[in-house]
Amino acid sequence: MSARLEPTAEQIKEKKIYREMGLRDDEYERAVDMLGRLPNYTETGLFSVMWSEHCSYKTSKPVLKKFPTEGKHVLQGPGEGAGIVDIGDGQAVVFKIESHNHPSAIEPYQGAATGVGGIIRDVFSMGARPIALLNSLRFGELDNPRVKYLFEEVVAGIAGYGNCIGIPTVGGEVQFDDSYKGNPLVNVMCVGIIDHEDIQKGQAKGIGNTVMYVGAATGRDGIHGATFASEELTDESEEDRPAVQVGDPFMEKLLLEACLELVKSDALVGIQDMGAAGLTSSSSEMASKAGTGIEMNLDDVPQREPNMTPYEMMLSESQERMLIVVKEGREQEIIDLFERYGLEAKAIGKVTDDRRLRLYHKGEVVADVPVDALAEDVPVRNMPSTEPLYFKDMQAMDLQVPEVKDYQETLVQLLKQPTIASKKWVYDQYDYMVRTNTVVPPGSDAAVLRIRGTEKALAMTTDCNSRYLYLDPETGGKIAVAEAARNIVASGGEPLAITDCLNFGNPEKPEIFWQLEKATSGMSEACRELETPVISGNVSLYNETNGTAVFPTPVVGMVGLIHHVDHITTQYFKQKGDLIYVIGETYPEFGGSELQKLVEGNYSGKAPTIDLSVEGKRQKQLLEAIQKGFVSSAHDLAEGGLAVGLAESLMDESGLGADVTVDGEVVTALFSETQSRFLVSVPKNQQEAFEQMVDDAKRIGTVTDDSRLVIHHTDQDILIQADVKDLAVAWKGAIPCLLKSKA
Amino acid sequence: MKYAVIVFPGSNCDVDMYHAIKDALGEEVEYVSHTEKDLSEYDAILLPGGFSYGDYLRSGAIARFANAMSGVMKAAEEGKPVLGVCNGFQVLLESGLLPGAMKRNRDLKFICRPVNLKVENHETMFTSEYEKGEVITIPIAHGEGNYECNDKTLKELEENNQIVFRYHGENPNGSRGDVAGIINERGNVLGMMPHPERAVDEILGHTDGLKLFQSILKNWRESHVCTS
Repeated sequence: MSARLEPTAEQIKEKKIYREMGLRDDEYERAVDMLGRLPNYTETGLFSVMWSEHCSYKTSKPVLKKFPTEGKHVLQGPGEGAGIVDIGDGQAVVFKIESHNHPSAIEPYQGAATGVGGIIRDVFSMGARPIALLNSLRFGELDNPRVKYLFEEVVAGIAGYGNCIGIPTVGGEVQFDDSYKGNPLVNVMCVGIIDHEDIQKGQAKGIGNTVMYVGAATGRDGIHGATFASEELTDESEEDRPAVQVGDPFMEKLLLEACLELVKSDALVGIQDMGAAGLTSSSSEMASKAGTGIEMNLDDVPQREPNMTPYEMMLSESQERMLIVVKEGREQEIIDLFERYGLEAKAIGKVTDDRRLRLYHKGEVVADVPVDALAEDVPVRNMPSTEPLYFKDMQAMDLQVPEVKDYQETLVQLLKQPTIASKKWVYDQYDYMVRTNTVVPPGSDAAVLRIRGTEKALAMTTDCNSRYLYLDPETGGKIAVAEAARNIVASGGEPLAITDCLNFGNPEKPEIFWQLEKATSGMSEACRELETPVISGNVSLYNETNGTAVFPTPVVGMVGLIHHVDHITTQYFKQKGDLIYVIGETYPEFGGSELQKLVEGNYSGKAPTIDLSVEGKRQKQLLEAIQKGFVSSAHDLAEGGLAVGLAESLMDESGLGADVTVDGEVVTALFSETQSRFLVSVPKNQQEAFEQMVDDAKRIGTVTDDSRLVIHHTDQDILIQADVKDLAVAWKGAIPCLLKSKA
Repeated sequence: MKYAVIVFPGSNCDVDMYHAIKDALGEEVEYVSHTEKDLSEYDAILLPGGFSYGDYLRSGAIARFANAMSGVMKAAEEGKPVLGVCNGFQVLLESGLLPGAMKRNRDLKFICRPVNLKVENHETMFTSEYEKGEVITIPIAHGEGNYECNDKTLKELEENNQIVFRYHGENPNGSRGDVAGIINERGNVLGMMPHPERAVDEILGHTDGLKLFQSILKNWRESHVCTS
């Protein structure tokens, strides 16, 4: 396509061509006002992509404001590539989560791979060494070939990128539900470590400084990816395949190592990833944040294909590129630095004082737009919100305890539910050990990595039970944060902060916006109560297929600090004779539970309740008990309740067993998903100290060495007596079996 | 004893190898760029795992042409210990220092997990600290570790006792003859898919790799005393 074929500014207005680019009529009018004239084709492209939901958060901004973003350890909150939290000794942890849902729905391998690549760049653009990746995935039920294909290819894409670049994929979660059938969720989190003095910002400071382009050349891939991500998926979305980018992890490995050398240079002023909206977002955001302008000569942009137009170059989302600002006159040393890694660094422009993004191409000005219009002054949309009818119905429902006849068989069936079943098939494909810091590999409550050269370690997890959020988004939002914190605490860590990825349907529908409002309210409250501020995040709206939205899924990524490696705790029982406790009362709560799904085939009623002050108290007490050395194992009781939790604590082939006694209503005791509960084991000689420290702990039995799980009831016969081996076969075999079965 | 960890563009287990030598073994070790031709100052050469040059062609196929490989060849000729792990093994195969080739894993998937190996030959400079027939646990992490060679080569490897490690119990990747690691005829160039450098630290769960590095050190010290 040559520039001469592009429509004129007048044609764009008259034929409403801006609509095809994703701009609404009122937004176009606003752009015209801001510019004081009609925008040309390239400029219209700049506005449309920067004002897309993906780049601007125009719809979600009002709800994001509620999040607490400050705390005593927070060094960098939302707004930069990733958030940063102090961990002492001059070090900090850097992390962020991001979605790549739409690309993965269309081209799962590359969609997932480039999602990994993008989030890694966000972390090293801050100057941090990426140390771990996690992912939170949602798919439809594994009963049809398309879903199996998406699942297998997404996992392969994550593995392909992460393994090659050499950053361990250490944890995360995979859940399955029909609501994700056409619109899988692929959220990827990256965690990095940084010395305080190396922290970078994406700012174009210093008039006259040089804007340089580093990394891969620009091609025609991913054009308008951000806009594509801001629309619902339809049967025609397949036609948007060109909006999906292609990843090159080898290139990114070189870029990563080069940039980590670059951040040690005092020639560097600012650095930002060319992510969504590529050259447009990186340049305009860096200038806007610094209160400056940028002019660039697009002829100097390294190009992979001939005859690229300004529009194509500015909107390309080619991967593995960074925009940097360096001190005037220091360009050659930057060029030499990148040369050593086999990479090109090229001066393409400079920082100006007029707060405009001005682009030259073949000697002509092809765009001249105020940077704030693109970055800061985005038209915020206040969407109407309506409580959906289903919510009232669900709240009005009477408590229903699902009917269970054979407790043991029910436990086996629950262990086979793909959401509960072992994810070994998934994480065996991820190199979770590279860089040799992974102390607790995938499978326990949280992954744990030691920090080499210190006595400290980091615990990290992602969590979100979207069924609870569907039934009650506010309560579900609280639970998502609380459960993440529970996983961190059970691993011996002090929860530090969260990153979130808000995956919702089309916010223009008032019922969806209501879900978003309520969920973020609940999350904010939990973040305040548990003292885990939001330091970074991402919003992914329009997750709908042919008009049907996914369950509201605000994934919480949390990192915690383990003050000493001796505190590292896993969910697995450790030795015969240890006493088994449940911390917290159990109530009949089955709304959104795995048992409800198994028995009734759908979800109804109220989500489990949660009292955040009780949650906080129990977490603090358990953490202290762990730190004091009173606890052998700790496990968050979640999907499937106590019976599943007990089985999971025996799934490490240790040959141990458990003998416990429960009381009260049987189905509730075994399978209820009441919140704020932990399953812990305690050495006998610590019994007194533990019981004194932890208020709500109730002893239910002991760890045995006979490789059997036996559950008695105070006034009934034995409820369950199972060989751990048989339970393990069910649990481990479920996902490989579903993938093999022809459906 | 001074070790070199060769860093190719795309190497990513270089850090693991470096720390295994420095922290677990307590010996001197340096990262050496793929551009360095002269490796004469090092007593042992380590080729780490990773994805050299992205492995977009065949694994190790481009790395074999790196400048550092002339130094590696020379070290091998001089009888110095040369250890290639994972991608390093693939580079040794591509460079002809070891016979055979790698195919994609039988199930066409990357596999990362600890596996059991049987020490088939404990009379090498890399394995003398192990017992004969000892079963050890070492992690694997690879997509192309399915060893292949012709009948003649396999027969020679077996007759010369060049198969140092075999997968024990379960063959994870389909390797011919369950081969996990082989050595050259002279006995100073070892290639293996499992990662001994990931099994040297108690806190990470496995320590069976430590003896491999201890063997190299012990044998070097013994020969060093003899020749000096």
